[in-house]
Amino acid sequence: MTSDYLKKLEAESIYIMREVVAQFERPALLFSGGKDSITLLELAIKAFAPGKVPFPLVHIDTGHNFPEALEYRDSRVKELGLQLIVRHVEDTIREKNLTEPTGKFASRNWLQTYTLLDTIEEFGFDACIGGARRDEEKARAKERIFSIRDEFGQWDPKLQRPELWNTFNGKINKGENVRVFPISNWTEIDVWSYIKSEGIPLPSIYFSHVRQVIEHEGQLIAVSPFIKLTEEDVIQNRTVRYRTVGDMTCTAAVESYASTIEQVMTEIISTRISERGETRIDDRATEAAMEDRKKTGYF
Amino acid sequence: MDILRFITAGSVDDGKSTLIGRLLYDSKSILTDQLEAIEKSSKNRNDGEIDLALLTDGLRAEREQGITIDVAYRYFSTANRKFIIADAPGHVQYTRNMVTGASNSDLVIILIDARKGVIEQTRRHSIIASLLGISKVFVTINKIDLVEYSEDRYNEIVAEYEEVAKSLDIKDIQYFPVSALNGDNIVDSSLFTPWYLGPTLLEALETVDVEPDIEHEASRFQVQLVIRPQTPELHDYRGYAGRIGSGKYSKGDKVRIFPSGIETEIERIEFAGKEIPVAVAGESVTILLKDEIDISRGDSIFHSNDVVNETAEPEALICWLDEKPLQIGNKYLLQQGQRRVRTVVREINFKLDVNTLQPSEVFEVRLNEVVKTKLKLQSPIAVDAYKINKGNGCAILIDETSHKTVAAVLFQ
Repeated sequence: MTSDYLKKLEAESIYIMREVVAQFERPALLFSGGKDSITLLELAIKAFAPGKVPFPLVHIDTGHNFPEALEYRDSRVKELGLQLIVRHVEDTIREKNLTEPTGKFASRNWLQTYTLLDTIEEFGFDACIGGARRDEEKARAKERIFSIRDEFGQWDPKLQRPELWNTFNGKINKGENVRVFPISNWTEIDVWSYIKSEGIPLPSIYFSHVRQVIEHEGQLIAVSPFIKLTEEDVIQNRTVRYRTVGDMTCTAAVESYASTIEQVMTEIISTRISERGETRIDDRATEAAMEDRKKTGYF
Repeated sequence: MDILRFITAGSVDDGKSTLIGRLLYDSKSILTDQLEAIEKSSKNRNDGEIDLALLTDGLRAEREQGITIDVAYRYFSTANRKFIIADAPGHVQYTRNMVTGASNSDLVIILIDARKGVIEQTRRHSIIASLLGISKVFVTINKIDLVEYSEDRYNEIVAEYEEVAKSLDIKDIQYFPVSALNGDNIVDSSLFTPWYLGPTLLEALETVDVEPDIEHEASRFQVQLVIRPQTPELHDYRGYAGRIGSGKYSKGDKVRIFPSGIETEIERIEFAGKEIPVAVAGESVTILLKDEIDISRGDSIFHSNDVVNETAEPEALICWLDEKPLQIGNKYLLQQGQRRVRTVVREINFKLDVNTLQPSEVFEVRLNEVVKTKLKLQSPIAVDAYKINKGNGCAILIDETSHKTVAAVLFQ
């Protein structure tokens, strides 16, 4: 049974989903196989039932994904009979002659922006629905639910439109597009509570499993072909789960024996570290990492 | 568990960021790594002690300039409530942000510096909150430590604010003597204010009753979009998707469609494709009607016997949010919920001074100004007075050339 406050969050998000479809010609939902986009998809299904989800899912594949997340993505899409568009960062790097990042954990995270903008152009998407939440990160705390981006995908925090009541202004100029964040007002634990109460299936990596990892500056990084191992690295088998699902190169695992959603939630509630702080290598680079990426068109 | 949305009004100097930081910190919503990050920033800026205000300073641009440029949203919860804070800056030029933040808030926290007492800004924030229909006001008299925790000073400020409240018709006020910096009466009761017997700020936030009884108000439902799957098994399905603004809808209810005026009956209400017997305010549902009628986005479904103001010449207060001024005769797109109609500002009756509420003559309206206007619409809308029904009494104006949201409209 969904609790009263989750029902309110759900109703607000469904309302936003419907505004997107009513106000835009070619929306798309960005789907990564992570828990936030899984929640978005569930809300989209509810918003348009008994009709089908009236927009395609888009996945910008960095090539560094967890295989479990991709399997989940494909089986969910098949089960629900949805349209999935996948575009590869690999192709963008080749076609645009971009420089492949280097280093121990060479992350293609930044490069996703290029592929995303190309995909938006290729299909003429005017609105991209994403699962960003305002509690995640401080730049996100300041972003609107309908976030207007210029033709370079750039976010200008100083020029945001005032967003009043529940009235969303989706009118844009040619070349602009909008990123829409229907679960802006949800927190990490709200998402978990909702997934639990709705019984939504999740990729297996969210639950405890044994994995080969190395320890790097206190974080556990999965051994994969995408990271460079050196002689100092000690490969160990550890029992872990993932709290977020990003690239294998920039997502750290959490040591855990939690094998059910209840156990995972208990651990998250008692932890004293934030979601991004615990699991994202990319946010620790500079204090304003997200602000900088958003300004250049990142999600 | 329920949700409370509140806005904090005050400037950096009043300790607003510190207050929010304190609420988050003492309610254990700040996690180790976030604390480490602000410890690092505090050191970088040679401040010495941990600066709780840094918890709420978002963007680098703001930190460099030491200002807050936009509304930020913060989240924390206790066992009983989820809290959504709209953190709006208090400087003169940012009235626009406060209006934005206040539009979705149930309660406002007004900060007063105990050394300064009620100042022009206090009055302005109270006026905006009252214009936007926020009925609950928490007045936090901050920096009480800097006036030696003086009960007399506290009482003096309470008396000053009572005067402001009287002129604004604000009835539901609670006062708190606090020090955000030291944590007095924020989460835990202070040992230094034995004369204060009321709840701490967090205790009051946790227990204050704010849900207006919108289920029992008049029925308001606007169509967001029409769901027509057009599959073989759902060939004739026509569902009107939308969110119940106020009131309650049930199967079999006799309803009237706006603007066509056609009467019909609710055949079925669905949530997520499944039938539900009744839908109440706040719920996102789909309504199916007995008769096949031409209904599109922006049309409304009301109970047949509910009265609503159908008008093409509404009077409204307008809060101007754009750099380009408003002039009599300007044309805009008015968006009331899901309905968009062309609009011309026919008359500007007077300007409302947000510091004094005094009306004055006006010919041109600039950013952050509030004016009383008469609009002329291309076609009628079905609205309520904002004071009676917030959700169905508001709209925005959109500049058709820039597509920007240029005004908040409150119908009278």
